[in-house]
Amino acid sequence: MVFEKIAEMLAEKVDCDVSEIKGDTKFADLGIDSLDITELLMNIEDEFGIEVEMDTSLVDVNALVAKIEALTAEK
Amino acid sequence: MKRVVVTGMGAVTPIGNTVADFWGNLIAGKNGIDKITYFDTSDLKFTLAGEVKDLDVAERLDKITARKTDLFVQYALCAADEAIKDSGLEGKVDSERFGVYFGSGIGGFNTLAKEHEALLTSGPRKVTPQFISKMIYNIAAGNIAIRYKAHGPNMAVSTACATGTTAIGEGYQAIQLGLADAMLCGGSEAAITKLAVAGFGNCLALTESQDKDAASLPFDKRRGGFVIGEGAGALILEEYEHAVNRGANIYAEVCGFGATCDAYHVTAPDPEAKQTARAFTLAMGCEKVDPAKIYINAHGTGTLLNDKTETLAIKKAFGDDAYKLHVSSIKGMTGHMLGAAGAAEAIAAVMALKTGTIPPTLNLNEPDPECDLDYTPNKAVQCDLELAFSDSLGFGGHNACVAFKKCK
Repeated sequence: MVFEKIAEMLAEKVDCDVSEIKGDTKFADLGIDSLDITELLMNIEDEFGIEVEMDTSLVDVNALVAKIEALTAEK
Repeated sequence: MKRVVVTGMGAVTPIGNTVADFWGNLIAGKNGIDKITYFDTSDLKFTLAGEVKDLDVAERLDKITARKTDLFVQYALCAADEAIKDSGLEGKVDSERFGVYFGSGIGGFNTLAKEHEALLTSGPRKVTPQFISKMIYNIAAGNIAIRYKAHGPNMAVSTACATGTTAIGEGYQAIQLGLADAMLCGGSEAAITKLAVAGFGNCLALTESQDKDAASLPFDKRRGGFVIGEGAGALILEEYEHAVNRGANIYAEVCGFGATCDAYHVTAPDPEAKQTARAFTLAMGCEKVDPAKIYINAHGTGTLLNDKTETLAIKKAFGDDAYKLHVSSIKGMTGHMLGAAGAAEAIAAVMALKTGTIPPTLNLNEPDPECDLDYTPNKAVQCDLELAFSDSLGFGGHNACVAFKKCK
């Protein structure tokens, strides 16, 4: 659920097909920079009703999904 | 000093989103002014604008650029892209000898308004991290350089409504001095926002006319202020030998630039018009040309003060010859494109010189005794021209004038 939503948001952001976004897809490979990730996190906050701080350890989709799942579980 | 020529042009305007469409509509006398569609004007006295229409930025550039940049950058990139393609310069210039002088009068006004709204309604966490890099006025120059790998001199110019002209003049001088082989120069503006309209309106710059065919009235007795426009213009300036050696299409030679300041008032022009006249004189340099073969693409905003002061400036610069000059303001068709105006108007001046066709001053039906030059009213005029000026005058007292001649 979290993965699908994030994949959808990323695909829209980089203008690619959602099937191209995998768990091990690195943000750098999508041409996404730290400003894009911060903006994505802001959209995620709205979508999931949580607060996420920018975290440079988030290098791929799996890392981001794990973080969001942990935060939503805490809610 | 190196010679400098124009080898590429691109335009996004209220009357066409390519140079071909823009120019075709200019000489046809098409009115690009209509009711503002971008926001509700029911509580404003000012309801007209020259909006850019039917520009598909995702198609002209790409979807990501369309989403990640402010409208003023999108206009800039569309115009730059057309100019680059038109010039055939890509891959033909040393990237470290290719620079960008490109400005905006204001910058990302839409982004500023939107993110300020987000701050007030949702708090600081909701201000996009892209805010600053979308909004700052130099970012069109930055984005153009990134897109075309232009590692040469890069600067954002802002001299209010003279921005486009100043950028061209400075780019001309950079090539003259040998700092670059080619410069992409121009200006962009996307400031048709409610905040800007209220601001320009309240400082008495805008017309209250509701009639789109009698609103932007350069040099006409009925004029009561300008109509806000938007868009972008981009010119590729190139060192003459560099252009010739690669077999480039040369539109015209840039032969002069004058930059002065009234140092008089923040918005009103100096009624003596001495410094505006001097901008013309400086741009004219040592050129000796039959005045009947000179075209001045005037600033001609349609404000009471600009048009009479600019007329006086032309008379002071040219003396009795002023009455033999061909003059026109295209703002009757485009409205006032602010920081983009000088760039779009330089393109009009270059095309007039190249084609021997002078675009008209639309809507000029009631002459004003204080504006008594030949302003080419309503209909384009054919004339074999030798020299063309484009002058722009900005808040802050900036006067800028570029001169173009046929390249021989």
